[in-house]
Amino acid sequence: MIRKGRASMAEATAWLRPLPGTTRLSCCGDEAAQSTAAAILGVVPSATPCRAVSVGDRASLWLGPDERLLLAPIDERPRLIAGLEAALAGHAHALVDISQRQLAFAVHGPHAALLLNAQCPLDLALQAFPVDMCTRSVYGKAEVVLWRTAEDRFHVEVWRSFADYVLTLLRTVARELPG
Amino acid sequence: MNAWRAERGGRVDRSRPVEFSFDGRRYRGLAGDTLASALLANGVHLLGRSFKYHRPRGLLSAGSEEPNALVTVARDAARSTPNLRATQVEIYDGLCAHSQNRWPSLACDFGSVSDWLAPLFPAGFYYKTFMWPRFAWHRWYEPRIRAAAGLGRAPVGADPDSYAQRYAHCDVLVVGAGAAGLAAAAAAARNGARVILCDEQQEMGGSLLDDPAARIDGGDSAAWLAATIGQLSAQANVTLLSRTTAFGYFPHNMLGLCERLSDHLAAPPPGTPRERLWQVRAREVVLASGAIERPLVFPGNDRPGVMLASAARAYLNRYGVRVGSSVVVLAGCDAAYGAALDLWAGGVAVGAIAEVRAEPGAAALAAARSAGIRVIEGATVLATAGRLRIRSVTLGTVARDGSIGRGETLACDALLMSGGFTPSVHLHSQSRGKLLWDEAERTFVPGAAAERERSAGAARGVDGLAAAFEDGAQAGLASAAACGFKGSAPQLRITATEFSSRGAPGALPQPGEAAPAKAFVDWQNDVTSRDLELAMREGFESIEHIKRYTTTGMATDQGKTSGLNALGIVADRSERAVPAVGLTTFRMPYTPVSFGVLAGYDRGDQFDPVRRTPMHDWARRQGAVFEDVGMWKRARYFPQGAEDMDAAVARECRSVRNSCGLFDASTLGKIEVVGAGATEFMNRMYVNNWTRLAPGRARYGVLLRDDGFIYDDGVVARLAEDRYHVTTTTGGAARVLQLMEDYRQSEWPELKVWLTSTTEQWAVIAVQGPRARAVIAPLVAGVDLSAGALPHMSVAHGSICGAPLLLFRVSFSGELGFEINVPADCGTAVWEAIYASGQAHGITPYGTEAMHVLRAEKGFIIVGQDTDGTVTPDDVGLAWAIGKAKPDFLGKRSLARPAMRAPGRKQLVGLLPLEPLRLLEEGAQVVASAGQSPPMQIIGHVTSAYASPSLGRSIALAMIRDGRARIGQTLFVPMPKGDIAVAVTSPLFYDPQGARLNG
Repeated sequence: MIRKGRASMAEATAWLRPLPGTTRLSCCGDEAAQSTAAAILGVVPSATPCRAVSVGDRASLWLGPDERLLLAPIDERPRLIAGLEAALAGHAHALVDISQRQLAFAVHGPHAALLLNAQCPLDLALQAFPVDMCTRSVYGKAEVVLWRTAEDRFHVEVWRSFADYVLTLLRTVARELPG
Repeated sequence: MNAWRAERGGRVDRSRPVEFSFDGRRYRGLAGDTLASALLANGVHLLGRSFKYHRPRGLLSAGSEEPNALVTVARDAARSTPNLRATQVEIYDGLCAHSQNRWPSLACDFGSVSDWLAPLFPAGFYYKTFMWPRFAWHRWYEPRIRAAAGLGRAPVGADPDSYAQRYAHCDVLVVGAGAAGLAAAAAAARNGARVILCDEQQEMGGSLLDDPAARIDGGDSAAWLAATIGQLSAQANVTLLSRTTAFGYFPHNMLGLCERLSDHLAAPPPGTPRERLWQVRAREVVLASGAIERPLVFPGNDRPGVMLASAARAYLNRYGVRVGSSVVVLAGCDAAYGAALDLWAGGVAVGAIAEVRAEPGAAALAAARSAGIRVIEGATVLATAGRLRIRSVTLGTVARDGSIGRGETLACDALLMSGGFTPSVHLHSQSRGKLLWDEAERTFVPGAAAERERSAGAARGVDGLAAAFEDGAQAGLASAAACGFKGSAPQLRITATEFSSRGAPGALPQPGEAAPAKAFVDWQNDVTSRDLELAMREGFESIEHIKRYTTTGMATDQGKTSGLNALGIVADRSERAVPAVGLTTFRMPYTPVSFGVLAGYDRGDQFDPVRRTPMHDWARRQGAVFEDVGMWKRARYFPQGAEDMDAAVARECRSVRNSCGLFDASTLGKIEVVGAGATEFMNRMYVNNWTRLAPGRARYGVLLRDDGFIYDDGVVARLAEDRYHVTTTTGGAARVLQLMEDYRQSEWPELKVWLTSTTEQWAVIAVQGPRARAVIAPLVAGVDLSAGALPHMSVAHGSICGAPLLLFRVSFSGELGFEINVPADCGTAVWEAIYASGQAHGITPYGTEAMHVLRAEKGFIIVGQDTDGTVTPDDVGLAWAIGKAKPDFLGKRSLARPAMRAPGRKQLVGLLPLEPLRLLEEGAQVVASAGQSPPMQIIGHVTSAYASPSLGRSIALAMIRDGRARIGQTLFVPMPKGDIAVAVTSPLFYDPQGARLNG
């Protein structure tokens, strides 16, 4: 039943790796709600702005003072939603399933930051954008969420209909880089 | 060996000859040459024709300030770039360059007749010469003046090259890699700062490249340069960018740099971008952009062979090229003596140094005399001679009382001049930094900075190599310290022969009122000192006005060589101080920038993201014709066989009305509004009252701006007590979410509500038509589809083909309808299953065009087509949607304004042409009586017009003044071929009772 979208058919290359389908939940609410959600997800609660906390393939990305993007394996979706809704019942919150709103891929390798900086205006130097930092930004004319998962690796989330545009742009830029 | 190439010296590679052509003639240069130095090495001084008078012109300079030598370089038919400065074009094997603004040839140019007709073309001539007869301006004069204007020819075809872009951040950006810039970069980098150093030339070093005799730390300048650049490039915190012009200084220390990547290569590797735009955000900026030598203003100062003294020195020392065999040097600045001495030492006969100042520097004079060079003091220039190359210069004598006599005529093949140096304050000024007049140096220097920037070295009037190094190092240290990197810089020991770069702007004195020959101030725009005087006689006082009247400084070189001289002349003639005359504004770009590099990756299919729905490929395989809706590609219609659009749309409409249609509605904006405050939030945003909408039911929502006009609309379903699924128009999705977020965050932060776009989470498949229920029933599980359980405007959760289903019972067609929302990945499979299931019922995929016709038959508006941002809910018959009991909602107060209720507002009505098959034009005007002639009394306009297959006739929607009161009247739509009579009706053409939609 689940079929690959156009953009997720991106070929893995020396610098690009499509990431498998994921459960994505937009979780909004105050710090107490976020701590509760983190506990259910199984990650350490954190209120540090623009930082992700992750354990294995579960992660909570800080996207705003009251907003987190929760990532978890795809098959945990119904159970996770049910668990979160139950635990958050006493908190003002909004939990919305956006698993299929966006796609993800990893940009990795020694030129990862350069590839992204071609069209992303943020400072992606390691001292300015350390490992575990995450934020909304743009790549060219498309909105993206960037999450640095390793010194030379970024997890990129992009709305599915913008993925072709972003991947084409990345490929164009990659052709300019040495090696 | 080229005839004019010195036996030794220069930074060119004598082992690597390079073949190139100029105006079809083949020449030989050396690797490291610019087009300018290579042509000079071949004795070619005539490089172009001037803009207005078509005068023969040669090189004035050796750098990016060059106003004369603008050439076209054509790599191939598609790659032709006009107006490149020959001083910046690096030669490669096979380079093909052409001169400009001449016909039939550079040496014999018919356009030069305008030089003789010059009295007809004074400054501002187009304001006065062509005033009569009146009609002739548009028909005759202006087209011809415009045809004559402009330099070079813009390429016609698409640009085959690619252009790169990159954002970069640094602690310290240093612009200019001369002595000061290198010292600044080294000092900042040494202490740990992230440094970017850029320079417009192919090699870093700035004026050091022209000064091989300077000794730095005991070695020669070339060795020091190589070591320093090697050291910098080895540091991980340093980025070196040569061939990179900092062209613009934008707010908050964002600078635009253009890096030229492949124009200098004979065979660029395939795929190499031509240029790269760097957008650099720097915490601190050091502007070490140097200084530009000023020409002197005297009659005949534009002949080929008349050039800046520093340029002649650069050609000799950097490129090993003699600009002449016998030169005369005009000294308005001590630095001219340095150039004269270098040329003399390089084997060029220096006929004389003509000193135009009253008090030349003693050291300079002594140095010239001890070398045996004749110095003529108290000189001015009365004239020059030579048609395509200077042949001689006639000096004048300036007595102590200022009287001017005739001096001797000296033969020469190059005339070198120096009027002093002007600091390059362009970027400082672009950043809104103030400029100060330095009375001692007679020039403007950078004053208070508006951004976090500092100028260093010659760019702020610092004179001399040792001082420039020291100033640069201090600027680098201070910039790094401001970023938290404190430390020191090593002291350098500098030994160099140096003369002051101080001069005085203005024109050389002339006998009598006006000299007969043209004394140029602005070479590129052909502005003479007489033009400036004329402007002043005609009453212009401010330099800003004089600039625009005479166009001085308005060419692409932005007055780099002319600006201060123009100021000096105006100040002299009006007996004012230079600062009192004012200063024109420096604007970006510093030098011209290609459109390509600014466009970057935004071209062709990648100009904007092209958004496709999950079912796009299915529609494409079915032969759908797509249309652009915002960034989306939407299937417009599905032609079968030889069908045209009208036939396909008619067939699709009939299928929906008679059996069942299948429509991709995935592009509709979807926003999930969730939280305990969701209902209150919706009540405040939308005109409707949501309080009593039960979970599981939906309602047509209308969103206004605060001015009371319709902004967007869509079906809103209440999924749970605290959860709404809001749909928006396709084009309005982003702006509706933005508006909602704005109010949520700024106006109503107390509401516990959050907004999440779910547009792309769902694939939305509309199944519309009397057979819709029968088509989907076999596929849906967990939902009672009966009209009783799932009436019109309701919503339910279930599953379809095993996929999670959010099912809407809604209709935008007027038929029984469902909108099937499934996770995007399942879209195509579910669509195909429905299509298969519908085969027995005659299911037909339909596109946006049929959708438009179907909704128009029902009088459903499309926001942005039937509304135009000046339309209230009542204007389009939607007053019923307004929750009148609500205390407030967005736009409520505006709706209460008297003008919003006044009679005479345009209202939505239907129009039926009396000739039933006559189609109206959308946008056509409507009048009350036939036979009017302009100006007509317009009472409205047509917003939608279609051939309606269901009604078998033409229909239209229109906004008509007091339209509802006119129902039953006959109005007229005036068209070029006559009025079309139309009957005014209700906009609800089809099934007015809604029996079909509720079926």
